[in-house]
Amino acid sequence: MISKTAMKLSALTAAAALALTGCASATPSPTSTVPTALGKTEGTVSLLAWPGYVEDGSNDPAYDWVSKFEDQTGCMVTSKSYGTSDEATSLFKTGDYDVVAASGDATLRLIASGDVAELNTDLIPSYAGVYDFLKAKPWNSVDGKVYGVPHGYGANLLMYKKDVVKPAPTSWDVVFDKSSAYKGKVTAYDSPIYIADAAVYLMAHNPELNITDPYALDETQLQAAIDLLKAQRVNVGEYWSDYLKEIQAFETGDSVVGTTWQVIVNSMSAKAKVGAILPTEGATGWSDSWMISSKAKSPNCAYKWLDYIDSPEANAAATGYFGEAPATAAACEFMGQDVCDSYHAGDEAYAAKIYYWTTPIANCLDGRTDVECTDYARWTEAWQEIKG
Amino acid sequence: MDKYSALPKQGVETPALARRISTLLYSKVKLRLTLLLAAPLTWLVLVYIAALLALLVTALYSVDSYTSQIQTQLTFKNVLKVLTGQVYQTVALRTLGIALLVTIVDTLIALPIAFYMAKIASPRLQRLLVIAVLMPLWASYLVKAYAWRSVLSNEGIMQWLLRPLGLDTPGYGITATIITLGYLWLPYVILPIYAGLERVPNSLLEASGDLGAKTSTTLRLVMLPMLVPAIIAGSIFSFSLTMGDYITVNIVGGANQMLGNLVATNVGNNLPLAAAIALIPVLIMFGYLTAVRKTGALENL
Repeated sequence: MISKTAMKLSALTAAAALALTGCASATPSPTSTVPTALGKTEGTVSLLAWPGYVEDGSNDPAYDWVSKFEDQTGCMVTSKSYGTSDEATSLFKTGDYDVVAASGDATLRLIASGDVAELNTDLIPSYAGVYDFLKAKPWNSVDGKVYGVPHGYGANLLMYKKDVVKPAPTSWDVVFDKSSAYKGKVTAYDSPIYIADAAVYLMAHNPELNITDPYALDETQLQAAIDLLKAQRVNVGEYWSDYLKEIQAFETGDSVVGTTWQVIVNSMSAKAKVGAILPTEGATGWSDSWMISSKAKSPNCAYKWLDYIDSPEANAAATGYFGEAPATAAACEFMGQDVCDSYHAGDEAYAAKIYYWTTPIANCLDGRTDVECTDYARWTEAWQEIKG
Repeated sequence: MDKYSALPKQGVETPALARRISTLLYSKVKLRLTLLLAAPLTWLVLVYIAALLALLVTALYSVDSYTSQIQTQLTFKNVLKVLTGQVYQTVALRTLGIALLVTIVDTLIALPIAFYMAKIASPRLQRLLVIAVLMPLWASYLVKAYAWRSVLSNEGIMQWLLRPLGLDTPGYGITATIITLGYLWLPYVILPIYAGLERVPNSLLEASGDLGAKTSTTLRLVMLPMLVPAIIAGSIFSFSLTMGDYITVNIVGGANQMLGNLVATNVGNNLPLAAAIALIPVLIMFGYLTAVRKTGALENL
């Protein structure tokens, strides 16, 4: 009797396992056709974005550019924010989101896995106003097909507490070679892509490594970056990916120096006495794109959002709030030319000092063909090893 | 009118059908049992066993390193990597150590509290204390973890309390993780021990005293052996909950990571590796529960 029941049970579980594996092996990659005209709006649209990109006034009544969109188009917005590009790609793969604002280290992966659809930029009138040097770049298009429209761009800055870190730093060395002075109070961004920050530092300080692109590291160069980060790990108090966590850590003095975003600097109270700089070595940064899911339930509302967020007024509000350069020159009229200048909007020389996040792949991005570069999977592994 | 004329007919038919079904079920024991168990068994198989199997099978897959798409050819690559990789061993040991320490700390705190609740407090106070122990469970896990983040911070209340004694807050790190997890799981440890203590008859303690045993001897030789199953039952909660945790260590653990963090890091881009890592706590828990089963503590849950 017991063995019979057991047999039945095992047969059932086997069937269940079969059903599961069956599901997993079927990986459909939808090839949606590019729309030529927009249909009726669906009434809702769900967005996945970096914090501060989709503000409806619930965080701060003064910052609301979503309500106007809802009034104009009738598309009600639901949104979710994420902390790292890895989190974004895994959330977006659930298919629950129509639109994603992704950085260059996520966009190519989303395009390659078929999770985002090719865009018809003719359906996005405000795309015409976008800076030309942001259009059809390797991180938002493939083979001339456009997958993303630019949102804005900026650099990962160095933030420090003025009353603790003296003299005021000009170099990243305060978080690397000289980080022992702030043992236990150094912070760093918790993502494998942070390895590129170490590579940028090595580019300036260890020229014998011949790093020309922080995202194209061969095994030797990667190892040098890992060693640098392992030395840094000893002095790191905590890593952050939740920007609220970093704000709190700097407010209480649990962190005193480390990487940051402009939006974090803007959110700090005056009492915290922080400063932020773009160090002399240059910095990693991001150039973000809005993309539409290949499985979007509300593609028409999604197109409307892409058009809206690139329109000068909304783009000015969103990028101004986050603290990054807008995607269109016209946005500067709304955010003020002085603010725009402080983000170096449209300044191609400054933009060249920023190494935009992109996905490291085996074919070296810097054009080398004699070596194989380390890919993102290797970086992820290395990052776990660094944290230990 | 029709409504009423239809009624008697129904009234006759339904009981007849019901009676026939009940007769059938009464005579066929196996059918009755099958029907009774079908729903819970389906639930168990689908939610529990199938999920575990899916975890096992997923651990044998691999991914395309660029697109993160899962490839379904079976390989032991990930399992081997987890078994041999230095970082996984370090983190597994750290997690195990934290789980053991949390369990020990919780048991040490829970024993006197549970003893007071069960044996000393008046019935009225007893009820109040049970409510007090359960009260923290009404607040969200996250709220409590973030509360500890602020308590343990540089400018937190802990620093303010310890400063006059010449001490500093432990800050964020493994100590903070143990304190926070110990706080979070304490109710789950107190309750089984309290229940176990309630079952110890007072007469035994009195008899021990009458025979000349000192309080400490009574506690050690009479109370403790009877309490072991209850303590183990409590430890299962604190141990297993700690083994799987990754949020607390993220909030107060500083730069440290536990097994849960490794799973969380990989779940987006390398699901098979995440599944392989998740097998470590499953195996440890399996070993722990097998050992515990022999003590009979599971009947005390």
